[in-house]
Amino acid sequence: MTQTVLWIAQRVTAGILAVCVVVHLATIIYAVQGGLTAAEILGRTRGNTAWLAFYLVFVLAAAIHAPIGLRPVLGEWLHWRGIWREVFLVFFAYALLWFGLQAVLGVFAV
Amino acid sequence: MKVRVWRGVAQGEFQSFDVPREPSQTVLDVVTYIQRKLDPTLAYRYACRVGMCGSCAMTVNGVSRWTCRTHVNQVARNDELTIGPLRNLPVIRDLVTDMREFFDKWARARGQFKGGRTRHDDFERVAPQSEHREAVDAGIECIGCAVCYSSCNVVAANPAYLGPAALNRAWTLVNDVREKENAERLRAVAGDAGCHACHTHMDCTERCPKHLSPTAAIAGLKRATTKAALKGKL
Amino acid sequence: MSRWLAHVHRVSGIALAIFLPLHFWALGNALQLDSFLAWTRQPLVKAGEWAIVVALAAHLGGGLRILAIEFLDWHEWQNSLAAVAAAVTLAVGLALALAL
Repeated sequence: MTQTVLWIAQRVTAGILAVCVVVHLATIIYAVQGGLTAAEILGRTRGNTAWLAFYLVFVLAAAIHAPIGLRPVLGEWLHWRGIWREVFLVFFAYALLWFGLQAVLGVFAV
Repeated sequence: MKVRVWRGVAQGEFQSFDVPREPSQTVLDVVTYIQRKLDPTLAYRYACRVGMCGSCAMTVNGVSRWTCRTHVNQVARNDELTIGPLRNLPVIRDLVTDMREFFDKWARARGQFKGGRTRHDDFERVAPQSEHREAVDAGIECIGCAVCYSSCNVVAANPAYLGPAALNRAWTLVNDVREKENAERLRAVAGDAGCHACHTHMDCTERCPKHLSPTAAIAGLKRATTKAALKGKL
Repeated sequence: MSRWLAHVHRVSGIALAIFLPLHFWALGNALQLDSFLAWTRQPLVKAGEWAIVVALAAHLGGGLRILAIEFLDWHEWQNSLAAVAAAVTLAVGLALALAL
């Protein structure tokens, strides 16, 4: 049952991330024309609730997708299975969420 | 032609034999020649020798295949061949593997038909062109030769993984309309040892001598377990 | 072919999983963003950025292949072809666009 739920979560977040990544990359291509400056980035993100919402969804989806993806890698390549692998992955998810929120708020906050 | 053959069990070594090269010759011909003419102590399996039973499956130059259906011309490199037992299975001796785990996993995946009717009931009508029957037809020809199991990376890395053949069989039963209760089967094939462990490397589909697609069957099981989970039936 | 694609998918995923926390950490220090951006103009860092972009494209392409196999009724080889095409196009387009 758990693995089925994880599988579903992985595919759903994959779909969300596919959209987010395309938007993110398009933004990057646009932003790097003529050089990249902090002022330009922050000018776009500061106080902008649309970007805030977008990046919150992006960070949440990534924080779910990355640990689930790493799970079989740890199991098959490092032969790490059992409860401590799950503990590590939950910790990793929270770490991504924490640092991700710091980043999102960092560029949003005025 | 120089032929290196695995001798021993888990520990052992490759022994070299010089085998005359014929214009039309299968790898099974080669192994048979070695055992009959050069070294009678060589252990190997075969039965039909015409590509029907799957008993002669071995590893030839690193690839799992039916040796009776592999012409030497197809696989020999520089007049050399390397022959070993199937992978991912314990070796009994030389080219013979212990198939018990392979079939035990088949049973663990609920690969047996159960049904629900008795001799007093009428036949179940199964439409041949129905979506379900076509899914069954696509996978029903499996003869349990273990070439897919031997080719699978995940089986090698994850000892509990049920494997492509067992899951393929389970999928044919999930689609069998005579099976009324599939919840138990879906529970058996879900999880770290089941369909969710498949990473779509597709070695099974590439190597299956019957041209089946366990990958497609496992994808079907992923969808079926998802549907069951969402309905609270898993 | 599929096995190779699956390995690329896995390795690119690992690379992204390592990159992401660092990316977040760097952005979290928004006050020093300009000095950080100056650091990113070094050739070695630019090469790393290009590698990450390629990894992203490869991982997306591989992921689309898996989604196609798991949800669509495609023939096996079409899946590999589609994903390779998608990933390559994306990577090439991005690399050129970013002129890294």
